[in-house]
Amino acid sequence: MSELKLMKGNEALAEAAIRCGTDAYFGYPITPQSEVIEYLMTERPEKRTGMVVLQAESEIAAINMVYGAAGTGKKVLTSSSSPGISLKLEGISYMAGAELPAVIVNVVRGGPGLGTIQPSQADYFQSVKGGGHGDYKLYVLAPASVQEMADFVEDAFDIAFKYRAPVLILSDGLIGQMMEKVYLKPQQERLTNEKLIEKHGDWATTGKPKTRERNIITSLDLQSEKMEARVRNLMKKYERMEKEDLRYEKINCDDAEYLIVAYGSSARISQKAVELGRAKGIKVGLLRPITLFPFPKDQILELTNQVKGILSVELNAGQMVEDVRLSAQFKVPVEHFGRTGGIIHTPEEILEALEQKIIK
Amino acid sequence: MDILDIIKPENQVFCKTKLMTDTPLSYCPGCGHGTAHNLTMEVIDEMGVSEETIGVAPVGCSVLAYDFMNIDITQAAHGRAPAVATAIARCWPEKYVFTYQGDGDLAAIGTAETIHACNRGENIVIIFVNNGIYGMTGGQMAPTTLEGMKSSTSPYGREIETMGSPLKMTELIANLPGVYYVTRQAVHTHKSVRKAKKAIRKAFENTRLKKGLSFVEIVSNCNSGWKMTPIESNIWMEENMFPYFPLGDIKVDGKLK
Repeated sequence: MSELKLMKGNEALAEAAIRCGTDAYFGYPITPQSEVIEYLMTERPEKRTGMVVLQAESEIAAINMVYGAAGTGKKVLTSSSSPGISLKLEGISYMAGAELPAVIVNVVRGGPGLGTIQPSQADYFQSVKGGGHGDYKLYVLAPASVQEMADFVEDAFDIAFKYRAPVLILSDGLIGQMMEKVYLKPQQERLTNEKLIEKHGDWATTGKPKTRERNIITSLDLQSEKMEARVRNLMKKYERMEKEDLRYEKINCDDAEYLIVAYGSSARISQKAVELGRAKGIKVGLLRPITLFPFPKDQILELTNQVKGILSVELNAGQMVEDVRLSAQFKVPVEHFGRTGGIIHTPEEILEALEQKIIK
Repeated sequence: MDILDIIKPENQVFCKTKLMTDTPLSYCPGCGHGTAHNLTMEVIDEMGVSEETIGVAPVGCSVLAYDFMNIDITQAAHGRAPAVATAIARCWPEKYVFTYQGDGDLAAIGTAETIHACNRGENIVIIFVNNGIYGMTGGQMAPTTLEGMKSSTSPYGREIETMGSPLKMTELIANLPGVYYVTRQAVHTHKSVRKAKKAIRKAFENTRLKKGLSFVEIVSNCNSGWKMTPIESNIWMEENMFPYFPLGDIKVDGKLK
């Protein structure tokens, strides 16, 4: 039986993490996501499920703790906000290279630099174009509600373990801070160490029994041919993610003449803009990428046969619009609309932008 | 008598620990790393806990420690081994978790992780090999490089005024309440090897007893980086490194000496 609660996005994510059997959380406070670690510390998950929660000395230490625990096959979570994620990128690159499953949450605030503590989607490039050094990608989930903040934790772990790869939940200060009703799933058992070894003993560093070779977690390979093979292997994983685990949502797209592409909080607000447009007789639809990598590029291309123009709505100066343009292959005009600095666009502003930039 | 009559299991008095692989060591001839590796593995072997041991390798000369140590090992990002070990020890409290780090890794880029893992009193062992230089990258100045000592980034010798004093991390962390055992050893003579092994054994026994953090510094040579023969480097180490980094126990059973 699921349980109905009124919660902040950050709290819902933390509670869902406990309930889906997360083994450990390592984090460092930063606005607007500190509720995650505050909630976890208050809930005493070490008593509820045996989950380890530790406040690290920095985001750098926290992500490397994630690296260590993930290397032993544990289900590990960390969360931060934009400047903190920048610090974590070295560790995230190491995890991609060493093929470790883990879930990282970014409750995005405005940048660059210390920027602002208000909501933003300006970390799109950082999230989907690699971010850290080297040839790697993250599977990126973009929640648009408190419910999805909760649901995506388990989904993210499923993907992380399916591919042995780090997964990013790209939220923002709006989704993290707002309160909504949320249905929480019942408590799941954490894996016992015995079951963990049974499942992940072929790669995880759990202590070498006489029955197997030693397990090594590393991203290093000094032999060029071997390193190239490693990179190829990663690329195969990403291709498979594109084939098997793309997620998106289409709203009012069937008869749409104009299209808005938006994710996360912008998708939520754009949904209202679509309603306002429809009330005015404008046939506008919304494509919401739920995963930002993989990106619904084929779906956007297909819609270019039907729509006259596309507006990419983002809380940034224009980032996802590049991917929308690439997907649309210049078959129809693609424009960007977005506010920055922590200012959140209204549905009216979005509709006005659609009328001015696309419908004209 | 034929030699094969003598080479029998019952006549064997010594053999290499099975916890060292047969992979040739990548260290320069004369370097102390091989001995430090061997002692660590011998201790784990003799305690019979290899199946319960998880090592954390650093970035530096010993980045490939996992090629030589026949146990489960995670290779950490530069300086982050104490954070990596923290998480492993927290998630697997019954295991023996250790880091093996050099001075650039532990005392420069990883200073924060080292101090905080020590301060939390994580139940881990830190083996800290201090040779006063960045060996792997080709002999640059380390936080532990002595005053006046030449390196590729202090070509006229380390100048205290502009480059700071050599950092005594071991004395620094000994003052933290979470740290249970701190010692400084060497591995360049038979006598020092025996002492260092005892110290490493004590450190892992502390993990068994869940006493908190044990920190074993091994002052070692870097004959390549110091541009000396192995023998010259050991003499130089005794004459220059030991006065600044004196050998012996600094904290035992949670009490400063």
